[in-house]
Amino acid sequence: MLLAILSGFILAILLPLLKNILRGGLFILLSALPLSLFVYFLSWLPEVKAGGDLLFSYQWVPSANVNLSFQLDGLAMLFCLLITGIGSLVFIYTSSYLKGHPYLGRFYGYLSMFMASMLGLVLSDNLLLIFIFWELTSISSFFLIGFNNDSEASRKSALLALSITGIGGLFLLVGFVLLNQAGGHYSFTALLNSSPDLASHPMYGWILFFLFIGAFTKSAQFPFHFWLPGAMKAPTPVSTYLHSATMVKAGIYLLARFTPVLGETVWWNGTLTLVGGVTMLYAVIHALFRIDLKGILAYSTISALGLIVFLLGIGTPESLLAATVFILVHALYKATLFLVTGIIDHETGTRDVTRLAGLNKVMLPVGIAAFMAALSNAGIPPTFGFLGKDLIYDATLRSGSLFVLLTGAAVVTNICLLFTGFKAGISPFVGPLPQEFKQVHLPSPLMWIPPLLLASCGIVFGLFPFLIEGSLLVPAVSSLLSTAPDFHLQLWHGFNIILLLSTITIGSGIFLFYYLQSSESKLAWVSRFEPFSPKSVLVGMAKGFALFSAAWTNLWQNGKLRHYVFTIMAFLTVLLAVRFLQGIRLNLNLQSLSDLAFYDVAVLLIMATSILFAVFTKSRLQALASVGVMGFCICLIFLFYSAPDLAMTQFSIDTLTVILFVLVLQKLPGYIKEESKAIMWRDGILAFCFGTLICILALEVLQEPLHREISKYYAENAYTMAKGKNVVNVILVDFRGFDTMVEITVLAIAALGVSGLLRLSTRKPENK
Amino acid sequence: MRSLIFRTAAGYLLPILLLFSVFILLRGHYLPGGGFVGGLIASIAFVLHSIANGIENTKKIFKFHPRILMPMGLCLSLFSGLSPLLVNKPFMTGLWFKEPFPVIGMVGSALFFDIGVYLVVIGVVLTIIFTILESI
Repeated sequence: MLLAILSGFILAILLPLLKNILRGGLFILLSALPLSLFVYFLSWLPEVKAGGDLLFSYQWVPSANVNLSFQLDGLAMLFCLLITGIGSLVFIYTSSYLKGHPYLGRFYGYLSMFMASMLGLVLSDNLLLIFIFWELTSISSFFLIGFNNDSEASRKSALLALSITGIGGLFLLVGFVLLNQAGGHYSFTALLNSSPDLASHPMYGWILFFLFIGAFTKSAQFPFHFWLPGAMKAPTPVSTYLHSATMVKAGIYLLARFTPVLGETVWWNGTLTLVGGVTMLYAVIHALFRIDLKGILAYSTISALGLIVFLLGIGTPESLLAATVFILVHALYKATLFLVTGIIDHETGTRDVTRLAGLNKVMLPVGIAAFMAALSNAGIPPTFGFLGKDLIYDATLRSGSLFVLLTGAAVVTNICLLFTGFKAGISPFVGPLPQEFKQVHLPSPLMWIPPLLLASCGIVFGLFPFLIEGSLLVPAVSSLLSTAPDFHLQLWHGFNIILLLSTITIGSGIFLFYYLQSSESKLAWVSRFEPFSPKSVLVGMAKGFALFSAAWTNLWQNGKLRHYVFTIMAFLTVLLAVRFLQGIRLNLNLQSLSDLAFYDVAVLLIMATSILFAVFTKSRLQALASVGVMGFCICLIFLFYSAPDLAMTQFSIDTLTVILFVLVLQKLPGYIKEESKAIMWRDGILAFCFGTLICILALEVLQEPLHREISKYYAENAYTMAKGKNVVNVILVDFRGFDTMVEITVLAIAALGVSGLLRLSTRKPENK
Repeated sequence: MRSLIFRTAAGYLLPILLLFSVFILLRGHYLPGGGFVGGLIASIAFVLHSIANGIENTKKIFKFHPRILMPMGLCLSLFSGLSPLLVNKPFMTGLWFKEPFPVIGMVGSALFFDIGVYLVVIGVVLTIIFTILESI
């Protein structure tokens, strides 16, 4: 199991080496990986069906409660099959879609990394592991969305997607930590077995809040939906994979996964129903006015995700069943439509629905696939989509007191979804073929077989639901419910209100399709509302924040050293003054002054003289020299008070500092220019206050009782344990060797920084 | 600053100071000294030489840019810290040869660690000062 999950990462690592071997048409061989994973997961089907507790646990970081524990239940199985199944088709499709692309190897690397992260996400049993894989999907999808990295729009939307989903991921982490505090476990199964008291826990509201933000950002729910249409800048196979089956379903997966643990409360159901309902209506109405095929699909995807969240929110067994079936239905038809869109874009070079027509005449198999997908999308019998739609209406009708409202919302959404499906799947293929597309031809079978395969699944599952009912759907639903579900899928339920609603949906959808023509002007009309959309608000906030931080930085970091020193000292002075206002504990023992030797006094006198000299001299060089004198005096004091190591180091450092100063001095005017008297006074007073306060602080520190245990320990063990007699050195290279290691690393980084900055500033004039 | 006396003296001072820095480095484990001070003294030696003879001449003494010393030193320190792992001891455990070597004295992983520090310090100081010298 571990190998199955990690194989994608391993492949991604190996790809740079394999790239040269695979040059040419051999990239299709890579689809062997998702295909074999698909078969592997299929082989587990009987065990999952039997309801066995399939837990795989590997030790990883036991001290942090992170173990590689994976569980394969019905829900995970459904997602695994979607991920690997659609993954295989996308792998095959890509080998032809991006044929000859210079970075095809890189693309496959990202793709398999993404697949592996998704698999890890849906299989993880440990919450922290879920988080890790969750972030990995965000990161790998960032690379996939921004794959055309020479286009600025593509880079921007990748960044937008990463920031939205990444921030959501952080919220999720907080939610998981709270969940662990409330439930006492990081393991999901353990939480499940001890869940009853979670809903009454005082942190329950916060857990929901953080979890929801995480799920909503990932699954593009209103108001976080806007990253998804932008992510359409990615090559079409990416859109297919990310938006039909995987990435955006991660949030759905999470919500479904936590339904048995956290669900069945007013807050859970109410929030999900509301957010899902708003998302599905908002997005589907947006989708009506798009003219870009991918734009239509993007908004209808958001709407479908909203619908699933909505169903999860209703929370009855019927609605959970409907949600599960709809996940599969949607994955099948949406992936097909995306793949078809990719083919159209690839062959005709446009995705504008107002221009596309009659393509049936040149690429019939693609048209058939699209037609079947559109039927399934519309929920026209005998497709699988019809089953899904029936279940949705069944669920909303039985949802309790608000059933009229909820059913109404579902019907409106479904009508519009039907419209978008027809727009994307049927309208490019019917009607007269425009002159400009006469030369268009059918692409390689590698591209049109995958969508055809997926679309036929949608029909076959509709005709023979028993194929997947017992093996896939029942286990999936039962992992969402505490009790075993009891249902039977069939196409024909007899004449009832559900059938009536279905007929209404199909009828009005088809009417809408003929009545509402897409055009530029309608799109322009919709885009007038752009300034009020969540995206504009967020971008505006980001811009405002950037302006604010620029202003803030310029205020404090104005490039004048004098200003910096002044700020730092003034702040410290205020801080110390506030501290000393609360009382000073000074106990000067004048007796101890008596053992001052004459050389101490001499050094002090030299220091005092050189300080005064440094302050009042006009020559920069003289000031510098007197600062150097002061440094050497400090060395002497170290030496007198038995710190020879310190003295030696200080001595060499001081020498170097003076040399450095002298070097820089050549660039400065030789004499110090007088600032205005007021500024001199200001600086002088500040320096005096600062010095006094530091002096008081130093004296106060002496009052603290010294902890001698540590130095005693070092002194006693320096020779016995580290075989050294110089305790200072032994501490540096042995006891605290790790610190030293990090310190020299920091030193090296600082040196590189200095050299880089100086070179930059000296090179600039040459460039100009 | 290019006085004849200074230049001549710097020529003799360079090897003496370098020798002194190595001496300080090696005695560090028993007496005041160590890699950090040793490195500083060695860099002072080079800086002195470069002020007297010009930076180009000092660079000629090196076959490579002194910044290479930084990664070299870091690696040496890191590997001396990692070496106990080979004999199944925790990272940074001090390993020592049983018998002292002539002249050098006791040799152990801590010595190599200190040599690493010595090299890094030389590399850091010379990189900074050479860059400043060049940019003036």
